Amino acid sequence: MSTVIRPGEEAAGGPPEALRDFADDWASDQEVFKGVHWGKAMMWIFLLSDTFIFSSFLISYMTMRSSVTVPWPNASVVFGLDVGGVSVPLLLIAIMTFVLISSSGTMAMAVNYGYRRNRKVTTALMLATAALGATFVSMQAFEWTKLIHEGVRPWGNPWGAEQFGASFFMITGFHGLHVSAGVIMLLIVASKVWRGHYDRSGDYSAVEIAGLYWHFVDLVWVFIFAFFYLW
Amino acid sequence: MNHATHPVQEADHQAPPPPAHDPGQQHPIGIYLKIWGLLFVLSTMSYLVDYFAIQGTMRWVLIILFMILKAGLIVAVFMHMMWERMALIYAILVPPLALGTLVWLMWIESDYTFWTRILFFDGGG
Repeated sequence: MSTVIRPGEEAAGGPPEALRDFADDWASDQEVFKGVHWGKAMMWIFLLSDTFIFSSFLISYMTMRSSVTVPWPNASVVFGLDVGGVSVPLLLIAIMTFVLISSSGTMAMAVNYGYRRNRKVTTALMLATAALGATFVSMQAFEWTKLIHEGVRPWGNPWGAEQFGASFFMITGFHGLHVSAGVIMLLIVASKVWRGHYDRSGDYSAVEIAGLYWHFVDLVWVFIFAFFYLW
Repeated sequence: MNHATHPVQEADHQAPPPPAHDPGQQHPIGIYLKIWGLLFVLSTMSYLVDYFAIQGTMRWVLIILFMILKAGLIVAVFMHMMWERMALIYAILVPPLALGTLVWLMWIESDYTFWTRILFFDGGG
């Protein structure tokens, strides 16, 4: 935040100095976010709005779950997998979590190599990120198929509260949509990195901005994992 | 932003300017690997909460704790928030606090719905 010192204004009266500085800062985005790439600031503002969308879903899930009078299906069992006759709780979800975290790791490193102007490593890391993202979506498709075969519908399921299916399909579906869009975006940016587009413009910020979106998708999964699968 | 309309005044830099701005965010690769490892550990621990079927207050304390730590690490390091300008940090991180109000309102509402169902629908859901 800027503290612009204007000698003599103190004596002139009017609003307190701190308030004036605050107004000055926010009177123009060029002052407030000085030194921040415009694309990055805009991506952050988009992510802020997306935060509210996902929060609405999670809060409506909370509302439904805490207002039902019948038992909520046990996620630990519903999402368990049989491995050699032994039922391991939440196995698929745990693997999906690790895949998504790994994709965030490769993305963070891609951003780093992008700013070092290392075209090949950046492209490779972004493709790895996209591949991990696609793996995640595939596992989610498998999970959806499995649950639909077991009779889960948005209006009912064999194990308990009917609202379970609606929450599940809405929350994980919207998240999966974000992952799919992210994979497409990563492929586009990776191909531009590969073709040297950002070397010519001299600005690798696009990689970081794509990375922000991707980390956000991972961030949302952290909350879904905690509230929907573990709670 | 990119295009300053007037020269930067000295007074604007009461805090030292962000260490890596013009060539973008540049930090040693090691920090990303460390955070990656930490996220793996935290995820494993939150999975173990379910694996060992910890119940009651302990369960949600652990789940929330690991969730907040993971979210914090992702936002602060992977999304570079800890190196950003203070104005951006506040602009992005303060508005979501308003969601607490919505949580609180809907918590009261769902409690009301719950008891209405118990009293008038004979336990139906």
